[in-house]
Amino acid sequence: MLQDKDRIFTNLYGFHSPGLEAARKRGAWDETKFLVDQGREWIIDEMKKSNLRGRGGAGFPTGLKWSFMPKQSDGRPHYLVVNADESEPGTCKDREIMRHDPHLLIEGCLLACVAMGAHAAYIYIRGEYIAEREALQRAIDEAYEANLIGKDNVHGWPFDCYLAHGAGAYICGEETALLESLEGKKGMPRLKPPFPANMGLWGCPTTVNNVESIAVAGTILRRGGAWFAGLGRPNNHGTKLFCVSGHVDKPCNVEEEMGIPFRELIDKHCGGIRGGWDNLKCVIPGGSSVPLVPGAEIADAPMDFDTLRGLGSGLGTAAVIVMDQSTDIIRAIARISYFYKHESCGQCTPCREGTGWMWRVVSRMAEGRAQKREIDMLLEVTKQVEGHTICALGDAAAWPIQGLIRHYRHEIEQRIDEYAANPHGDPVRVAAE
Amino acid sequence: MAVRRLAPDAVQPKSFAFTPQTEAWLVEQVRKYPVGRQASAVIPLLWRVQKDCGNWLPQKAIEAVAERLAMPYIRVFEVATFYTMFNLEPVGKFYIQMCGTTPCQLRGSDAVKKVLERRIGAPQHVTDDGLFSWLEVECLGACCNAPMVQINDDYYEDLTEENFDKLLDDLAAGREVRTGSQQGRTSSEPTDNVQTLQDPGLYDGSRVGAWKKRFEEEAIRKAAEEKAKEDEAKAEAASAAKEAAVEPKPGKPDSGRATESPVADAPAQRAAAGERPVDPGARVTASEEGSRKTVDAQAVAEEEEVASRLATLPKDASAEDKANAVGERPAGLDAPRGGTADDLKKILGIGPANEKKLNGLGIWHFDQIAAWERPQIRWVGTYLAFPGRIDRENWVEQARALADGNTPS
Repeated sequence: MLQDKDRIFTNLYGFHSPGLEAARKRGAWDETKFLVDQGREWIIDEMKKSNLRGRGGAGFPTGLKWSFMPKQSDGRPHYLVVNADESEPGTCKDREIMRHDPHLLIEGCLLACVAMGAHAAYIYIRGEYIAEREALQRAIDEAYEANLIGKDNVHGWPFDCYLAHGAGAYICGEETALLESLEGKKGMPRLKPPFPANMGLWGCPTTVNNVESIAVAGTILRRGGAWFAGLGRPNNHGTKLFCVSGHVDKPCNVEEEMGIPFRELIDKHCGGIRGGWDNLKCVIPGGSSVPLVPGAEIADAPMDFDTLRGLGSGLGTAAVIVMDQSTDIIRAIARISYFYKHESCGQCTPCREGTGWMWRVVSRMAEGRAQKREIDMLLEVTKQVEGHTICALGDAAAWPIQGLIRHYRHEIEQRIDEYAANPHGDPVRVAAE
Repeated sequence: MAVRRLAPDAVQPKSFAFTPQTEAWLVEQVRKYPVGRQASAVIPLLWRVQKDCGNWLPQKAIEAVAERLAMPYIRVFEVATFYTMFNLEPVGKFYIQMCGTTPCQLRGSDAVKKVLERRIGAPQHVTDDGLFSWLEVECLGACCNAPMVQINDDYYEDLTEENFDKLLDDLAAGREVRTGSQQGRTSSEPTDNVQTLQDPGLYDGSRVGAWKKRFEEEAIRKAAEEKAKEDEAKAEAASAAKEAAVEPKPGKPDSGRATESPVADAPAQRAAAGERPVDPGARVTASEEGSRKTVDAQAVAEEEEVASRLATLPKDASAEDKANAVGERPAGLDAPRGGTADDLKKILGIGPANEKKLNGLGIWHFDQIAAWERPQIRWVGTYLAFPGRIDRENWVEQARALADGNTPS
């Protein structure tokens, strides 16, 4: 188990005050000027050394991302945008950072801005997080008051931190949709290229990072990239907030070392699987967008990007959704399908039409009101949606269903048989209604 | 995607005006964004207006927002209908958004939903007393505290059928309620099983400044290293000075500069190996070297002149106009002499496309090309849009050799 002294989010559960005084005592804003004075190259270099992979789901190396920003400004301002639109089902880690450890985030924003030559950061928080928004705004005000940030602050790097919010659209968690939303438009993802590092917010060079990626920056720079890289497993370094939900005895958020075995994570912190390990059916290890993994395969697997990819899934946001044997797995996936149908922005036809189509078919399968040949048809449709849209929402809608068919085809078939065995009035309908 | 429409006219208020507080607040909001980017404040403003209007957005309010932010109406309607937190119809005093996404479903959101259906009725139906209405929404991001609902601004977590029923009773009766977990958790910690963050050293301030040790040690190490390096450099300089005294080196330092490696295949080498150049007649002798240089200078001057003359022409001038401006069209023949043309492609640099163009100018034979002077070369070069190429590839010399019956090597 990770030792307490190596934990970054020391007020994860809000047992202590989130205020500036308490945060300082826990080590935030501690001689930040020294870190700022080390300069842009040094910060990026340390972040690269830490091997920190972005915590928003895709796992892109953060230091590398920062280095994509133009070295010389061409007159346009640079922006940092923090993606606090945490909406991936199963994920609830950024919320705890923002309401309990907000100063880590604000300090991280300052350091990231130094690294990318930016003087303004916009934190885009999801609209539903109202209490979190107020908590974060309080912290920003505190920081301004203490002159830690602002035009003429003690760190010698003019820096403004603004809080913006959305209004309930999952798609705004996609970086370019987030930028659109921040510009006051519908959250429809943009085609890339041009990438945000060249043409982002209001056409200016912009980097979009997840809350957790930014909030760990201060600690990494203080303790050194080598310290962070020393934790975890090769190519999957450092610590990570895991959000364990579903059928465990004690669902919780916890900061653990990357690559912690699934069994240890559950037994140590979550009081085990509800009804014991034999009762484990399957796990969605990285938020609703990744395919499920049967319990037997994941029980002793290390929780990191590469291992889970090897299991046909992914670490995503490390939102671990556990399901026991009582779960109606087809219904659970159908609900996820409904989620994507609801959250598709409607821009690309394969996603707008495909998500609704897939949801309708999976819902019928959850009842058994389908035909077996439709399983392959459904699989085929998921392949046609996947990779044919501007953003990854199409993929995210397709993967859970692919995972379901890959591992639980027999359950779908069994349900269809049961339904067919009972006499009922309405005929089995064809795929598209 | 969900279809979301404005409320029917019957319930739409006739007018809307911003409150003075909202006006003042808006000034602050717009200041967050660069000048001219006030549209960025549209979501916060709509949200604020929704609060002012009893938790829903009338059409008049949306229009007022558009006017205030100098946005077209349609852009604001788009935003209001796209984002699901904007209620387009009136809702109850306690507007309950129930999370029904899989993590909540696994922990029993069905039971919560049953309570809502029993007490309130269908989604979006407002109870007769105007107190409650509800809607099933997508993941609200409190999955470790599932199942949960959001009532107006606040999250209520760790629900069961019983405690949720009681919560609604308390709200209806106007009693004080506890937000957050309904089972006594502080936030998302594991109930009675917190194994982490127990080290008092995290909170007593002993972490402050401790990290500097690394930099201090590094600074000492670096200083030592630098000193060692300096010493080494000094020693090296001393020995180098000694060596230099013995064996003087050319003034140009060679370290750190790119060095040219010998090229394996270059005309000079081939000539040295005894290979004949393309045109033996054009071989440069030592005495000709001087005139070659003047020729080069002339070529540069000519190119500049061509470029300056072309610059005076309109952009859409035809190739022929451009060519006429810089040179003289070579005389052409209506048809090849004796009915057969020479194969101009034998000249290196002329392909089928250029051959066709040349034929179009009435150029069919090698001797015609061999007779070109500077004005003709400039004309054809510009016409074919290959300025300088005729010289570089030496078409005229090649044509002369071919006309004499030789093949260019």
